[in-house]
Amino acid sequence: MTPTWQKIVAPLVIGVILLGLWEYAVRAAAIPHYILPGPLLILQTLVADWDTLSQSLWITLQITFMALAASVLIGGLLSILFTQSKWLELSLLPYAVILQVTPIVAIAPLIIIWVNDTLLSLLICAWIVAFFPILSNTILGLNSADHNLVDLFKLYGASRWQALRYLRLPAALPYFLAGLRISGGLALIGAVVAEFVAGSGGTASGLAFRILEAGYQLKIPRMFAALALVSGTGIVIFLLLSLISHLLLRRWHESAMRREN
Amino acid sequence: MKPLAELRGVGKRYANGTVAVSGVDLDLHDGEFVSLLGPSGCGKTTVLRMIAGLAEVSDGRIDWHTPRDLGFVFQEPTLMPWSTALTNVMLPLKLRKTPAREAAARAEAALAAVGLEDFLKAYPRELSGGMKMRVSIARALVTEPRILLMDEPFAALDEITRQKLNDDLLALWDKSRFTAVFVTHSVFESVYLSQRIVVMAPRPGRIAAEVRTDMPVPRDPGFRTSPEYAAACRTVSARLIEAMAA
Repeated sequence: MTPTWQKIVAPLVIGVILLGLWEYAVRAAAIPHYILPGPLLILQTLVADWDTLSQSLWITLQITFMALAASVLIGGLLSILFTQSKWLELSLLPYAVILQVTPIVAIAPLIIIWVNDTLLSLLICAWIVAFFPILSNTILGLNSADHNLVDLFKLYGASRWQALRYLRLPAALPYFLAGLRISGGLALIGAVVAEFVAGSGGTASGLAFRILEAGYQLKIPRMFAALALVSGTGIVIFLLLSLISHLLLRRWHESAMRREN
Repeated sequence: MKPLAELRGVGKRYANGTVAVSGVDLDLHDGEFVSLLGPSGCGKTTVLRMIAGLAEVSDGRIDWHTPRDLGFVFQEPTLMPWSTALTNVMLPLKLRKTPAREAAARAEAALAAVGLEDFLKAYPRELSGGMKMRVSIARALVTEPRILLMDEPFAALDEITRQKLNDDLLALWDKSRFTAVFVTHSVFESVYLSQRIVVMAPRPGRIAAEVRTDMPVPRDPGFRTSPEYAAACRTVSARLIEAMAA
Protein backbone atom coordinates (compact mmCIF):
# COMPACT_ATOMS: atom_id res chain seq x y z
CA MET A 1 0.00 0.00 0.00
CA THR A 2 1.44 3.35 -1.06
CA PRO A 3 1.44 5.80 1.86
CA THR A 4 -0.92 8.74 1.41
CA TRP A 5 1.84 11.36 1.48
CA GLN A 6 3.56 9.72 -1.50
CA LYS A 7 0.33 9.90 -3.48
CA ILE A 8 0.18 13.65 -2.82
CA VAL A 9 3.85 14.58 -2.95
CA ALA A 10 4.84 12.65 -6.10
CA PRO A 11 2.48 14.43 -8.54
CA LEU A 12 3.10 17.74 -6.72
CA VAL A 13 6.87 17.50 -7.33
CA ILE A 14 6.29 16.76 -11.03
CA GLY A 15 3.93 19.74 -11.22
CA VAL A 16 6.42 22.14 -9.62
CA ILE A 17 9.23 20.93 -11.91
CA LEU A 18 7.08 21.35 -15.04
CA LEU A 19 5.91 24.83 -14.00
CA GLY A 20 9.52 25.80 -13.25
CA LEU A 21 10.66 24.60 -16.68
CA TRP A 22 7.79 26.50 -18.28
CA GLU A 23 8.68 29.73 -16.46
CA TYR A 24 12.34 29.25 -17.34
CA ALA A 25 11.62 28.56 -21.03
CA VAL A 26 9.38 31.61 -21.35
CA ARG A 27 12.03 33.89 -19.81
CA ALA A 28 15.04 32.34 -21.52
CA ALA A 29 13.49 32.47 -24.98
CA ALA A 30 11.82 35.84 -24.26
CA ILE A 31 8.47 34.56 -25.54
CA PRO A 32 5.99 37.49 -25.62
CA HIS A 33 3.15 37.09 -23.13
CA TYR A 34 0.49 37.32 -25.87
CA ILE A 35 1.91 34.07 -27.31
CA LEU A 36 2.65 32.13 -24.12
CA PRO A 37 2.58 33.72 -20.68
CA GLY A 38 4.63 32.18 -17.89
CA PRO A 39 2.93 30.61 -14.84
CA LEU A 40 3.88 33.52 -12.56
CA LEU A 41 2.22 36.05 -14.85
CA ILE A 42 -0.85 33.83 -15.07
CA LEU A 43 -1.00 33.73 -11.28
CA GLN A 44 -0.64 37.53 -11.11
CA THR A 45 -3.48 37.92 -13.64
CA LEU A 46 -5.61 35.50 -11.69
CA VAL A 47 -5.19 37.63 -8.57
CA ALA A 48 -5.60 40.95 -10.40
CA ASP A 49 -8.71 39.87 -12.34
CA TRP A 50 -10.17 37.86 -9.47
CA ASP A 51 -13.34 39.99 -9.24
CA THR A 52 -14.41 39.28 -12.84
CA LEU A 53 -13.08 35.75 -12.94
CA SER A 54 -14.65 34.71 -9.64
CA GLN A 55 -18.04 35.94 -10.81
CA SER A 56 -17.68 33.86 -13.95
CA LEU A 57 -16.45 30.89 -11.96
CA TRP A 58 -19.55 31.14 -9.81
CA ILE A 59 -21.79 31.09 -12.92
CA THR A 60 -19.97 28.07 -14.36
CA LEU A 61 -20.13 26.28 -11.02
CA GLN A 62 -23.85 26.94 -10.78
CA ILE A 63 -24.50 25.49 -14.21
CA THR A 64 -22.22 22.52 -13.52
CA PHE A 65 -23.78 21.59 -10.21
CA MET A 66 -27.34 22.15 -11.35
CA ALA A 67 -26.65 19.94 -14.39
CA LEU A 68 -25.09 17.32 -12.13
CA ALA A 69 -28.04 17.47 -9.73
CA ALA A 70 -30.46 17.13 -12.65
CA SER A 71 -28.40 14.19 -13.94
CA VAL A 72 -28.55 12.43 -10.59
CA LEU A 73 -32.26 13.10 -10.26
CA ILE A 74 -33.38 12.29 -13.79
CA GLY A 75 -30.71 9.65 -14.51
CA GLY A 76 -31.37 7.91 -11.21
CA LEU A 77 -35.14 8.08 -11.55
CA LEU A 78 -35.10 6.83 -15.14
CA SER A 79 -32.84 3.92 -14.28
CA ILE A 80 -35.17 2.86 -11.48
CA LEU A 81 -38.18 3.14 -13.82
CA PHE A 82 -36.35 1.20 -16.54
CA THR A 83 -35.50 -1.68 -14.23
CA GLN A 84 -39.08 -1.81 -12.94
CA SER A 85 -40.60 -1.96 -16.41
CA LYS A 86 -38.93 -3.71 -19.33
CA TRP A 87 -41.31 -1.88 -21.69
CA LEU A 88 -40.22 1.54 -20.56
CA GLU A 89 -36.58 0.56 -20.95
CA LEU A 90 -37.11 -0.95 -24.41
CA SER A 91 -38.98 2.09 -25.67
CA LEU A 92 -36.98 4.92 -24.04
CA LEU A 93 -33.39 3.74 -23.65
CA PRO A 94 -32.59 4.02 -27.40
CA TYR A 95 -33.47 7.73 -27.23
CA ALA A 96 -31.20 8.22 -24.24
CA VAL A 97 -28.43 6.62 -26.33
CA ILE A 98 -29.21 8.92 -29.28
CA LEU A 99 -29.02 11.92 -26.97
CA GLN A 100 -25.69 10.66 -25.69
CA VAL A 101 -24.02 9.96 -29.05
CA THR A 102 -25.11 13.18 -30.76
CA PRO A 103 -22.27 15.70 -30.38
CA ILE A 104 -23.41 18.46 -28.06
CA VAL A 105 -21.75 21.17 -30.21
CA ALA A 106 -24.10 20.13 -33.02
CA ILE A 107 -27.32 20.50 -31.05
CA ALA A 108 -26.34 23.26 -28.63
CA PRO A 109 -27.13 26.07 -31.15
CA LEU A 110 -30.65 24.67 -31.58
CA ILE A 111 -31.24 24.43 -27.87
CA ILE A 112 -29.96 27.97 -27.40
CA ILE A 113 -32.38 29.20 -30.08
CA TRP A 114 -35.34 27.26 -28.71
CA VAL A 115 -34.86 28.11 -25.07
CA ASN A 116 -35.07 31.82 -24.35
CA ASP A 117 -33.37 31.78 -21.02
CA THR A 118 -29.58 31.50 -21.57
CA LEU A 119 -28.87 29.93 -18.19
CA LEU A 120 -31.56 27.31 -18.75
CA SER A 121 -30.32 26.47 -22.23
CA LEU A 122 -26.76 26.03 -20.93
CA LEU A 123 -28.10 23.88 -18.14
CA ILE A 124 -29.94 21.65 -20.63
CA CYS A 125 -26.79 21.24 -22.73
CA ALA A 126 -24.65 20.33 -19.74
CA TRP A 127 -27.31 17.89 -18.55
CA ILE A 128 -27.44 16.13 -21.92
CA VAL A 129 -23.69 15.55 -21.75
CA ALA A 130 -23.66 14.50 -18.11
CA PHE A 131 -26.67 12.30 -17.43
CA PHE A 132 -25.89 9.19 -19.48
CA PRO A 133 -23.08 7.65 -17.37
CA ILE A 134 -25.33 7.85 -14.32
CA LEU A 135 -28.22 6.29 -16.23
CA SER A 136 -26.30 3.40 -17.76
CA ASN A 137 -24.22 2.65 -14.66
CA THR A 138 -27.20 2.69 -12.34
CA ILE A 139 -29.19 0.41 -14.64
CA LEU A 140 -26.26 -2.02 -14.62
CA GLY A 141 -26.03 -1.78 -10.83
CA LEU A 142 -29.75 -2.29 -10.23
CA ASN A 143 -29.56 -5.44 -12.36
CA SER A 144 -26.47 -6.83 -10.66
CA ALA A 145 -27.99 -7.82 -7.34
CA ASP A 146 -26.89 -11.34 -6.31
CA HIS A 147 -29.36 -13.83 -7.82
CA ASN A 148 -29.52 -15.88 -4.65
CA LEU A 149 -30.39 -12.75 -2.68
CA VAL A 150 -33.13 -12.02 -5.21
CA ASP A 151 -34.42 -15.56 -4.55
CA LEU A 152 -34.22 -14.99 -0.81
CA PHE A 153 -36.37 -11.87 -1.11
CA LYS A 154 -38.84 -13.87 -3.19
CA LEU A 155 -38.89 -16.63 -0.57
CA TYR A 156 -39.93 -14.15 2.12
CA GLY A 157 -42.56 -12.61 -0.14
CA ALA A 158 -40.80 -9.23 -0.40
CA SER A 159 -42.71 -6.53 -2.28
CA ARG A 160 -41.17 -4.75 -5.26
CA TRP A 161 -40.58 -1.73 -3.09
CA GLN A 162 -38.81 -3.80 -0.41
CA ALA A 163 -36.62 -5.51 -3.02
CA LEU A 164 -35.73 -2.09 -4.41
CA ARG A 165 -35.05 -0.45 -1.07
CA TYR A 166 -33.18 -3.23 0.71
CA LEU A 167 -31.51 -5.02 -2.21
CA ARG A 168 -31.36 -3.32 -5.59
CA LEU A 169 -30.54 0.22 -4.49
CA PRO A 170 -27.67 -0.73 -2.15
CA ALA A 171 -26.32 -3.17 -4.77
CA ALA A 172 -26.42 -0.35 -7.34
CA LEU A 173 -24.66 2.21 -5.12
CA PRO A 174 -21.05 1.47 -6.20
CA TYR A 175 -22.10 1.58 -9.87
CA PHE A 176 -24.03 4.79 -9.38
CA LEU A 177 -21.05 6.41 -7.66
CA ALA A 178 -18.70 5.36 -10.49
CA GLY A 179 -21.17 6.97 -12.91
CA LEU A 180 -21.38 10.07 -10.73
CA ARG A 181 -17.62 10.59 -10.89
CA ILE A 182 -17.69 10.50 -14.68
CA SER A 183 -20.78 12.72 -14.83
CA GLY A 184 -19.19 15.31 -12.54
CA GLY A 185 -16.41 15.96 -15.04
CA LEU A 186 -18.82 15.79 -17.97
CA ALA A 187 -21.19 18.33 -16.41
CA LEU A 188 -18.33 20.83 -16.30
CA ILE A 189 -17.28 20.02 -19.86
CA GLY A 190 -20.91 20.32 -20.98
CA ALA A 191 -21.30 23.67 -19.26
CA VAL A 192 -18.10 25.04 -20.84
CA VAL A 193 -18.83 23.70 -24.34
CA ALA A 194 -22.39 25.02 -24.30
CA GLU A 195 -21.16 28.44 -23.28
CA PHE A 196 -18.58 28.42 -26.07
CA VAL A 197 -21.38 27.72 -28.52
CA ALA A 198 -23.67 30.30 -26.97
CA GLY A 199 -20.80 32.77 -27.24
CA SER A 200 -22.73 35.68 -25.80
CA GLY A 201 -22.00 36.86 -22.30
CA GLY A 202 -24.24 39.51 -20.85
CA THR A 203 -24.76 39.34 -17.13
CA ALA A 204 -24.55 35.56 -16.87
CA SER A 205 -21.16 34.91 -18.43
CA GLY A 206 -19.17 31.96 -17.21
CA LEU A 207 -15.53 31.01 -17.53
CA ALA A 208 -15.87 29.81 -21.14
CA PHE A 209 -17.04 33.25 -22.18
CA ARG A 210 -14.11 34.85 -20.33
CA ILE A 211 -11.74 32.58 -22.30
CA LEU A 212 -13.37 33.59 -25.61
CA GLU A 213 -13.42 37.26 -24.67
CA ALA A 214 -9.79 37.26 -23.54
CA GLY A 215 -8.84 35.52 -26.79
CA TYR A 216 -10.54 38.21 -28.90
CA GLN A 217 -8.81 40.93 -26.91
CA LEU A 218 -5.44 39.14 -27.02
CA LYS A 219 -5.39 39.10 -23.22
CA ILE A 220 -3.67 35.74 -23.30
CA PRO A 221 -2.59 35.67 -19.60
CA ARG A 222 -6.22 36.18 -18.61
CA MET A 223 -7.23 33.41 -20.99
CA PHE A 224 -4.80 31.07 -19.25
CA ALA A 225 -6.00 32.20 -15.84
CA ALA A 226 -9.60 31.32 -16.77
CA LEU A 227 -8.38 28.03 -18.22
CA ALA A 228 -6.56 27.23 -14.98
CA LEU A 229 -9.78 27.90 -13.08
CA VAL A 230 -11.71 25.51 -15.33
CA SER A 231 -9.11 22.75 -14.83
CA GLY A 232 -8.92 23.42 -11.10
CA THR A 233 -12.70 23.21 -10.85
CA GLY A 234 -12.67 19.87 -12.68
CA ILE A 235 -10.03 18.48 -10.32
CA VAL A 236 -11.90 19.67 -7.22
CA ILE A 237 -15.16 18.14 -8.49
CA PHE A 238 -13.42 14.83 -9.15
CA LEU A 239 -11.76 14.79 -5.72
CA LEU A 240 -14.99 15.73 -4.00
CA LEU A 241 -16.98 12.98 -5.70
CA SER A 242 -14.18 10.46 -5.05
CA LEU A 243 -14.29 11.39 -1.39
CA ILE A 244 -18.06 10.96 -1.23
CA SER A 245 -17.72 7.59 -2.96
CA HIS A 246 -15.01 6.46 -0.58
CA LEU A 247 -16.96 7.50 2.51
CA LEU A 248 -20.07 5.66 1.36
CA LEU A 249 -18.31 2.44 0.38
CA ARG A 250 -15.38 2.09 2.75
CA ARG A 251 -17.10 -0.30 5.15
CA TRP A 252 -18.12 -2.94 2.65
CA HIS A 253 -17.09 -2.55 -0.98
CA GLU A 254 -13.93 -4.12 -2.40
CA SER A 255 -13.03 -0.98 -4.33
CA ALA A 256 -12.71 1.11 -1.17
CA MET A 257 -10.91 -1.52 0.88
CA ARG A 258 -7.40 -1.24 2.22
CA ARG A 259 -5.53 -4.49 1.89
CA GLU A 260 -2.66 -5.50 4.08
CA ASN A 261 -0.22 -7.99 2.68
CA MET B 1 -49.15 -38.69 11.20
CA LYS B 2 -49.76 -36.74 8.06
CA PRO B 3 -46.58 -35.43 6.38
CA LEU B 4 -46.06 -31.67 6.12
CA ALA B 5 -45.69 -31.92 2.38
CA GLU B 6 -46.02 -34.62 -0.25
CA LEU B 7 -44.18 -34.57 -3.56
CA ARG B 8 -46.01 -36.70 -6.11
CA GLY B 9 -44.44 -37.49 -9.49
CA VAL B 10 -42.62 -34.15 -9.37
CA GLY B 11 -40.60 -33.34 -12.48
CA LYS B 12 -38.75 -30.39 -13.92
CA ARG B 13 -38.52 -29.83 -17.64
CA TYR B 14 -36.75 -26.78 -19.07
CA ALA B 15 -37.95 -24.85 -22.12
CA ASN B 16 -35.18 -26.38 -24.26
CA GLY B 17 -36.56 -29.87 -23.55
CA THR B 18 -33.97 -30.94 -20.96
CA VAL B 19 -35.52 -33.05 -18.21
CA ALA B 20 -33.69 -32.17 -14.99
CA VAL B 21 -35.89 -34.10 -12.59
CA SER B 22 -38.48 -36.77 -13.17
CA GLY B 23 -41.04 -38.69 -11.09
CA VAL B 24 -39.93 -37.70 -7.60
CA ASP B 25 -42.14 -39.01 -4.78
CA LEU B 26 -41.11 -37.74 -1.39
CA ASP B 27 -42.83 -37.04 1.93
CA LEU B 28 -41.51 -34.46 4.35
CA HIS B 29 -42.38 -35.46 7.90
CA ASP B 30 -42.59 -33.14 10.86
CA GLY B 31 -39.29 -32.83 12.71
CA GLU B 32 -37.38 -35.15 10.40
CA PHE B 33 -33.83 -34.61 9.11
CA VAL B 34 -33.66 -35.77 5.48
CA SER B 35 -30.67 -35.60 3.16
CA LEU B 36 -30.82 -35.58 -0.61
CA LEU B 37 -27.60 -37.28 -1.69
CA GLY B 38 -26.25 -37.59 -5.19
CA PRO B 39 -23.61 -36.51 -7.69
CA SER B 40 -23.68 -33.10 -9.39
CA GLY B 41 -26.36 -32.89 -12.02
CA CYS B 42 -28.76 -35.33 -10.35
CA GLY B 43 -31.32 -32.59 -9.77
CA LYS B 44 -31.13 -32.46 -5.98
CA THR B 45 -30.82 -28.68 -5.93
CA THR B 46 -33.71 -28.41 -8.39
CA VAL B 47 -35.91 -30.54 -6.11
CA LEU B 48 -35.01 -28.27 -3.18
CA ARG B 49 -35.80 -25.14 -5.20
CA MET B 50 -39.16 -26.60 -6.23
CA ILE B 51 -39.99 -27.31 -2.58
CA ALA B 52 -39.02 -23.72 -1.76
CA GLY B 53 -41.22 -22.40 -4.57
CA LEU B 54 -38.19 -20.83 -6.26
CA ALA B 55 -38.51 -23.08 -9.30
CA GLU B 56 -41.78 -24.03 -10.95
CA VAL B 57 -42.93 -27.63 -10.85
CA SER B 58 -43.46 -28.73 -14.47
CA ASP B 59 -44.80 -32.26 -13.82
CA GLY B 60 -46.62 -33.74 -10.87
CA ARG B 61 -47.47 -31.71 -7.79
CA ILE B 62 -46.48 -30.79 -4.27
CA ASP B 63 -49.28 -30.98 -1.71
CA TRP B 64 -48.79 -28.88 1.39
CA HIS B 65 -50.61 -29.79 4.58
CA THR B 66 -49.17 -26.85 6.49
CA PRO B 67 -48.47 -23.22 5.63
CA ARG B 68 -45.26 -23.12 3.59
CA ASP B 69 -43.07 -21.75 6.35
CA LEU B 70 -39.47 -22.03 5.15
CA GLY B 71 -35.90 -21.05 5.78
CA PHE B 72 -33.32 -21.49 3.03
CA VAL B 73 -29.53 -21.75 3.20
CA PHE B 74 -27.72 -21.39 -0.10
CA GLN B 75 -24.43 -22.92 -1.25
CA GLU B 76 -22.77 -19.56 -0.73
CA PRO B 77 -23.43 -17.48 2.39
CA THR B 78 -25.40 -15.00 0.21
CA LEU B 79 -25.15 -12.13 2.67
CA MET B 80 -25.67 -8.48 1.83
CA PRO B 81 -22.11 -7.07 1.84
CA TRP B 82 -23.34 -3.59 2.80
CA SER B 83 -25.01 -4.81 6.01
CA THR B 84 -23.67 -6.01 9.34
CA ALA B 85 -24.25 -9.56 10.54
CA LEU B 86 -27.11 -8.28 12.70
CA THR B 87 -28.85 -6.41 9.88
CA ASN B 88 -28.41 -9.38 7.58
CA VAL B 89 -30.12 -11.67 10.07
CA MET B 90 -32.88 -9.10 10.68
CA LEU B 91 -33.77 -9.09 6.98
CA PRO B 92 -36.44 -11.85 6.93
CA LEU B 93 -38.18 -10.20 9.89
CA LYS B 94 -37.94 -6.77 8.30
CA LEU B 95 -39.48 -8.11 5.09
CA ARG B 96 -42.35 -9.47 7.19
CA LYS B 97 -42.79 -6.07 8.84
CA THR B 98 -41.76 -7.16 12.33
CA PRO B 99 -41.19 -4.08 14.54
CA ALA B 100 -37.51 -3.10 14.47
CA ARG B 101 -36.91 -3.53 18.19
CA GLU B 102 -38.33 -7.04 18.23
CA ALA B 103 -36.51 -7.95 15.00
CA ALA B 104 -33.18 -6.83 16.47
CA ALA B 105 -33.72 -8.82 19.65
CA ARG B 106 -34.64 -11.97 17.74
CA ALA B 107 -31.73 -11.56 15.32
CA GLU B 108 -29.36 -11.16 18.25
CA ALA B 109 -30.69 -14.36 19.78
CA ALA B 110 -30.34 -16.20 16.46
CA LEU B 111 -26.73 -15.05 16.10
CA ALA B 112 -26.01 -16.08 19.68
CA ALA B 113 -27.47 -19.53 18.89
CA VAL B 114 -24.84 -20.00 16.16
CA GLY B 115 -22.06 -18.69 18.42
CA LEU B 116 -21.66 -15.24 16.89
CA GLU B 117 -22.86 -13.05 19.76
CA ASP B 118 -19.57 -11.10 19.57
CA PHE B 119 -19.86 -10.32 15.86
CA LEU B 120 -23.20 -8.50 15.63
CA LYS B 121 -21.64 -5.38 14.12
CA ALA B 122 -19.19 -7.18 11.81
CA TYR B 123 -19.53 -6.83 8.05
CA PRO B 124 -19.49 -10.05 5.98
CA ARG B 125 -16.03 -9.28 4.58
CA GLU B 126 -14.65 -9.21 8.10
CA LEU B 127 -15.85 -12.78 8.78
CA SER B 128 -14.32 -16.13 7.83
CA GLY B 129 -16.08 -18.54 5.44
CA GLY B 130 -17.41 -20.63 8.31
CA MET B 131 -18.65 -17.58 10.21
CA LYS B 132 -20.43 -16.25 7.13
CA MET B 133 -22.20 -19.59 6.82
CA ARG B 134 -23.22 -19.32 10.46
CA VAL B 135 -24.75 -15.90 9.79
CA SER B 136 -26.57 -17.44 6.84
CA ILE B 137 -27.95 -20.22 9.06
CA ALA B 138 -28.95 -17.69 11.73
CA ARG B 139 -30.82 -15.71 9.07
CA ALA B 140 -32.66 -18.85 7.91
CA LEU B 141 -33.63 -19.77 11.50
CA VAL B 142 -34.54 -16.30 12.77
CA THR B 143 -38.16 -16.71 11.64
CA GLU B 144 -38.32 -20.08 13.45
CA PRO B 145 -39.47 -21.87 10.31
CA ARG B 146 -41.22 -25.25 10.26
CA ILE B 147 -38.91 -26.39 7.46
CA LEU B 148 -35.25 -25.57 6.86
CA LEU B 149 -33.96 -26.19 3.34
CA MET B 150 -30.18 -26.31 2.84
CA ASP B 151 -28.39 -26.53 -0.48
CA GLU B 152 -24.87 -27.97 0.09
CA PRO B 153 -24.20 -25.20 2.61
CA PHE B 154 -20.84 -26.53 3.77
CA ALA B 155 -19.44 -27.72 0.43
CA ALA B 156 -16.99 -24.84 0.14
CA LEU B 157 -15.64 -25.11 3.69
CA ASP B 158 -12.58 -26.98 4.93
CA GLU B 159 -13.09 -30.35 6.62
CA ILE B 160 -12.45 -29.10 10.16
CA THR B 161 -14.88 -26.19 9.88
CA ARG B 162 -17.39 -28.42 8.16
CA GLN B 163 -17.38 -31.00 10.96
CA LYS B 164 -17.82 -28.28 13.56
CA LEU B 165 -20.73 -26.78 11.63
CA ASN B 166 -22.28 -30.24 11.20
CA ASP B 167 -22.21 -30.70 14.98
CA ASP B 168 -23.65 -27.25 15.61
CA LEU B 169 -26.38 -27.70 12.99
CA LEU B 170 -27.36 -31.01 14.53
CA ALA B 171 -27.49 -29.40 17.99
CA LEU B 172 -29.74 -26.62 16.66
CA TRP B 173 -31.98 -29.19 15.05
CA ASP B 174 -32.09 -31.31 18.20
CA LYS B 175 -33.17 -28.27 20.18
CA SER B 176 -35.99 -27.04 17.92
CA ARG B 177 -36.74 -30.15 15.81
CA PHE B 178 -37.64 -28.31 12.65
CA THR B 179 -37.93 -30.37 9.49
CA ALA B 180 -34.58 -30.29 7.72
CA VAL B 181 -33.97 -31.04 4.06
CA PHE B 182 -30.24 -31.12 3.42
CA VAL B 183 -28.72 -31.39 -0.05
CA THR B 184 -25.20 -32.81 -0.17
CA HIS B 185 -22.84 -34.85 -2.32
CA SER B 186 -21.00 -36.23 0.70
CA VAL B 187 -21.99 -39.72 1.90
CA PHE B 188 -20.34 -39.10 5.29
CA GLU B 189 -22.09 -35.80 5.83
CA SER B 190 -25.48 -37.22 4.88
CA VAL B 191 -25.11 -40.17 7.26
CA TYR B 192 -23.78 -37.99 10.07
CA LEU B 193 -26.64 -35.53 9.91
CA SER B 194 -29.77 -37.32 8.84
CA GLN B 195 -32.33 -39.82 9.92
CA ARG B 196 -33.26 -40.58 6.33
CA ILE B 197 -31.06 -40.40 3.24
CA VAL B 198 -32.65 -40.11 -0.19
CA VAL B 199 -30.17 -41.28 -2.84
CA MET B 200 -30.62 -39.62 -6.22
CA ALA B 201 -29.33 -40.59 -9.67
CA PRO B 202 -28.74 -38.42 -12.72
CA ARG B 203 -30.08 -38.23 -16.29
CA PRO B 204 -32.86 -37.65 -15.57
CA GLY B 205 -32.66 -36.69 -11.89
CA ARG B 206 -34.69 -39.22 -9.91
CA ILE B 207 -34.84 -40.98 -6.55
CA ALA B 208 -32.91 -44.25 -6.70
CA ALA B 209 -33.02 -45.44 -3.09
CA GLU B 210 -33.86 -44.45 0.47
CA VAL B 211 -31.86 -45.43 3.53
CA ARG B 212 -33.19 -44.92 7.05
CA THR B 213 -30.62 -44.61 9.80
CA ASP B 214 -32.00 -44.36 13.28
CA MET B 215 -29.05 -43.42 15.40
CA PRO B 216 -29.20 -41.38 18.61
CA VAL B 217 -28.96 -37.59 18.54
CA PRO B 218 -26.98 -35.79 19.89
CA ARG B 219 -24.10 -37.79 18.42
CA ASP B 220 -21.50 -38.68 21.03
CA PRO B 221 -17.88 -37.64 20.38
CA GLY B 222 -16.86 -41.12 19.23
CA PHE B 223 -19.67 -41.32 16.69
CA ARG B 224 -17.54 -40.55 13.64
CA THR B 225 -15.36 -43.58 14.33
CA SER B 226 -18.12 -45.93 15.55
CA PRO B 227 -18.90 -49.20 13.72
CA GLU B 228 -22.57 -48.14 13.34
CA TYR B 229 -21.55 -44.97 11.50
CA ALA B 230 -19.12 -46.92 9.28
CA ALA B 231 -21.78 -49.52 8.51
CA ALA B 232 -24.35 -46.89 7.58
CA CYS B 233 -21.82 -45.13 5.34
CA ARG B 234 -21.08 -48.46 3.65
CA THR B 235 -24.77 -49.09 3.00
CA VAL B 236 -25.37 -45.62 1.61
CA SER B 237 -22.24 -45.82 -0.57
CA ALA B 238 -23.43 -49.14 -1.98
CA ARG B 239 -26.84 -47.62 -2.84
CA LEU B 240 -25.13 -44.67 -4.47
CA ILE B 241 -22.91 -46.93 -6.61
CA GLU B 242 -25.95 -49.00 -7.66
CA ALA B 243 -27.80 -45.80 -8.51
CA MET B 244 -24.95 -44.55 -10.68
CA ALA B 245 -24.64 -47.90 -12.47
CA ALA B 246 -28.35 -48.26 -13.23
